[in-house]
Amino acid sequence: MAKSSIKLRTKKKGDKVQVKALIKHPMETGLRKNKKTGKPIPAHYITDLTVEANGKAVLTANWSGSISKNPFLSFNYAGKSGDKVKLSWKDNTGKSDMLETAVK
Amino acid sequence: MKKLITSVALLAVVLSPVITVQASPAEDREAFRDYFKKNTPSTDLDDYINGIYTYNKDARAQWEEIEEFPPYEIAIDNGEELWGKTFKNGKNFASCFSEDLSKIRGKYPYHDEAKDTIVTLEGEINKCLTDNGEKPFKWKKGKIAAVSAYLAFQARGGKIVTEPKTDKAVAWYEKGKAFFYAKRGQLNLSCADCHVYSASKWIRGDNLGPALGHPSHFPVYRSKWNSMGTLHRRYAGCNKNIRAKPFKAQSDEYKALEYFQAVMSKGMELNGPGARK
Repeated sequence: MAKSSIKLRTKKKGDKVQVKALIKHPMETGLRKNKKTGKPIPAHYITDLTVEANGKAVLTANWSGSISKNPFLSFNYAGKSGDKVKLSWKDNTGKSDMLETAVK
Repeated sequence: MKKLITSVALLAVVLSPVITVQASPAEDREAFRDYFKKNTPSTDLDDYINGIYTYNKDARAQWEEIEEFPPYEIAIDNGEELWGKTFKNGKNFASCFSEDLSKIRGKYPYHDEAKDTIVTLEGEINKCLTDNGEKPFKWKKGKIAAVSAYLAFQARGGKIVTEPKTDKAVAWYEKGKAFFYAKRGQLNLSCADCHVYSASKWIRGDNLGPALGHPSHFPVYRSKWNSMGTLHRRYAGCNKNIRAKPFKAQSDEYKALEYFQAVMSKGMELNGPGARK
């Protein structure tokens, strides 16, 4: 099995849950050229990102090529232990990935 | 009378024997550590493996936040994958190195008496590839840094043990030492000018890192690079900064410098791969 492109960690902080994620993705803007051939490198970036807790969206983001390669995401939401946090992304080439983890 | 004193003094100067006693690596190291001890007495010497974060509290707080979810994790995963990959002839990296993963990183750099050269981890990674008929990795970043990061991660908590034992090894050490203290580049700076005499001082928005403990945390993920790099990539960048022409990665100059730095930091903890600004 190929490794997931997502690393997801959650931590309970009082009445909040901290979510941290690192996603492996090239995030090509489409504006760069291949130095050797001179041809543009096709755009390849994440467009939609959703984080759900127990099936309810707590964060949605519309990303584009201006986000860095291997993007890192961190945020808090009002939650509790046992929440099932699911992160999923979709990119402009139609690829997608998701990962679910439970808050300890 | 005055004349007599002068002539006696002159005689004394002429007669005093020319003594050139070279300090041993162990004495050098003692002096090196002493310098840092006196320069910043409040800092525990063992903390110098954390580079500038030993000086700058704010930067340290940010760095510790980064370390909770370090950016080099991806490189470690990639390295693990490359490590387990089978070559065309059926062998893999494990067949070149010893079985115990955690022991590998700590062995390097060392002096090879038979070939009279310095053996580095990155050099051995690529040697393993070419010996088995594979194409070697590029020296400074990418796959080589990933494999190196994987091994560094396994070796965490170990100690730097590099110490020249033979005359030939000491000659390499002296070469690295000469490089470290020699002025170079249009800015006429030596490694020591910044990283010893001016360590902890501000250089625009950053602090100059201490030379003590330098090699402990490589390869590093540098935010400036947005990727991983080997120690020799950093050396080249440093040389460019002082407007000197950098040497090639794994050149004798940089290998000697790596060797010298490892000897200076002997006994310190290996905490690679690191994350730096």
